[in-house]
Amino acid sequence: MSAASTEPLLEVDDLRVEFPLRHGTLRAVNGISFAIAPGEVLGVVGESGAGKSLTGAAVIGLIDPPGRIAGGEIRLAGRRIDNLAYEAMRKIRGREIGAVFQDPLTSLNPLYTIGRQLTETIRTHLPLSAAEALARAIGLLEEVGIPAAARRIDHYPHQFSGGMRQRVVIALALAAKPRLIIADEPTTALDVSIQAQIIQLLKRLCRDHGTAVMLVTHDMGVIAETADRVAVMYAGRIVEIGPVDEVIHRPAHPYTVGLMGSIPSIVDERARLAQIDGTMPRLDAVPDGCAFHPRCPRAIDRCRHDLPVLASVGATQAACWRPIVTERERIDA
Amino acid sequence: MPEALLTLTDVARTFDVSPAWLDRVLERKPRALLKAVDGVTLSIAKGETLGLVGESGCGKSTVARLIVGLYAPTRGTIAFDGTVLAGAGAAAAGGPAQRVARRGMQMIFQDPYASLNPRWRVADIVAEPIRAQNPETPRAEQTERVAALLAQVGLAAVDGVKYPHQFSGGQRQRISIARALSTQPRFLVCDEPTSALDVSVQAQVLNLMRDLQRRMGLTYLFISHNLAVVHHIADRVGVMYLGRIVELAPTRRLFTLPQHPYTRMLLAAVPDLAMTGASRTAVAGEVPNPLDPPSGCAFHPRCPFANERCRRERPELRPAPVAGEVACHAVEEGRIDAVELHAAKAGAATGDVGPNRGQETRADRL
Repeated sequence: MSAASTEPLLEVDDLRVEFPLRHGTLRAVNGISFAIAPGEVLGVVGESGAGKSLTGAAVIGLIDPPGRIAGGEIRLAGRRIDNLAYEAMRKIRGREIGAVFQDPLTSLNPLYTIGRQLTETIRTHLPLSAAEALARAIGLLEEVGIPAAARRIDHYPHQFSGGMRQRVVIALALAAKPRLIIADEPTTALDVSIQAQIIQLLKRLCRDHGTAVMLVTHDMGVIAETADRVAVMYAGRIVEIGPVDEVIHRPAHPYTVGLMGSIPSIVDERARLAQIDGTMPRLDAVPDGCAFHPRCPRAIDRCRHDLPVLASVGATQAACWRPIVTERERIDA
Repeated sequence: MPEALLTLTDVARTFDVSPAWLDRVLERKPRALLKAVDGVTLSIAKGETLGLVGESGCGKSTVARLIVGLYAPTRGTIAFDGTVLAGAGAAAAGGPAQRVARRGMQMIFQDPYASLNPRWRVADIVAEPIRAQNPETPRAEQTERVAALLAQVGLAAVDGVKYPHQFSGGQRQRISIARALSTQPRFLVCDEPTSALDVSVQAQVLNLMRDLQRRMGLTYLFISHNLAVVHHIADRVGVMYLGRIVELAPTRRLFTLPQHPYTRMLLAAVPDLAMTGASRTAVAGEVPNPLDPPSGCAFHPRCPFANERCRRERPELRPAPVAGEVACHAVEEGRIDAVELHAAKAGAATGDVGPNRGQETRADRL
């Protein structure tokens, strides 16, 4: 391996996404930094409104106006991409960064056959003839597990089931051999048995092609099975980031502890689920200091005034003034 | 066996999804009948929570709607607390016996954004069932009861003057629960009540439902596609596939010793926190088109244990080798090992290899 493989593929540095409102601005993503190595799967979790989808949208340059990147840098393989012009970014999107969204029906054009959509994407980004592009499209469909691909390529999106449609979307995302895929809730709209098939497919393809993935989802189970590292977001900030096993089983941030405890499981039996009282603050009323302090059982005076930054706690990094360090504390919390 | 509060006997519901009459005549298109629910028999005991799981289109929501009377069954009988609500020998629709029985059940819907009238104040939303059932209730008593109901679900009495849009999803679902409880029902049909909520809010609502059940002796039918949620809340669980119940068993038994191949497949497919870094074999195939269900056992095209009999003959729900009931020829004939454990997951989480057999027999007696 060359030295390049140890460099991060994607670097996000102090990213801010804002929406100007009549009264002031809404900070939906508030100074987050992370990196993804080549071939790595980074899970991004959080509840609705935590800013996880906007982070993904910022990376592929698809933030709808009036929303805008208000600060920070996004670098892909060392090259800054957050300030590119529309046309330049369009070339990167699809070619270098692929995308898979939640609803496979709205990611596909209902009026075109899937073959036409695939060959169009392939020929936009790769110097192939029409025949070569068609052959590659059939190959991609076979790779994502669509039976009778040569015949199915002439079908329209509505002729596929939900799971098969999501396979087509994954084929589209991989069409131009990107180095990074942004997958935003790729399995949320699917039934559990189909969800398992899609997760396995994504994992296998990314391993085979060495593609890195930023997997945005609210489902910790999906993250647990798929991701190498995970970032937990709360009110526009990353509150904890680390190896997936550590964050799930030995979390340091009180929010992560509460979040993990509130997820029902099919193996352990608990009389009550852990409960974080209250709800995430509205983005126009994020409290001073640590945004989690009004709901935090461990909050001290400092949490109300000073914003904690990510710092190493054990094997993970947590943004907390009183992180949970020992097993004893974790049980009490 | 404690007394059954609700009994469904061979309940079926068919929807006519045929093309328009003219198309049928001109283009000779056949009639199309969708068997959404096809012969479901189950009973729910007083104070019990029965979970119903299955993938989209399996008919679980239709079962909920049949029970509360939003649909009439095509076949079979539904009896609640001694009164036959639908089917042979049913009490007159709209008659006094039906009315009294119907008062005993309420429903909670999935989407708390769609199920609350945005133009009504919360107090009116919660008071509506009280007014509908007993218009003579004095205003002061209504106000008092609404305040008590809101307090019960963890909201304040002053929240009654607000509108639904002023609340978050979890708070709205609390309002739905308060509304459902306003007629003092004994039985709640909950159709995916937490599916639209974030996990931390889902935990709040599940804990609340459990507290209310303990305090008020409620009986729940809890429908969900989320196996972990059902595992957490239910005493017994029914698994549905293409309109039929394929397995029905006490929760602990179902999750530790699943019998039906479909149940085994579902449990193996659930991503779980205990599974970090683990890999497993996903099950191939998809749910077949319900308009054209496979012959015999509907699961046979996806089933690794299917043989000629499974393709030909539909299995009935029979007592399973371990507690509960299962509709599977392979299990009945002993072609599948009854105690093949769901060991990978159980072992990974708890550290022990198998379930405790002593506790298993206790579950049997439930």
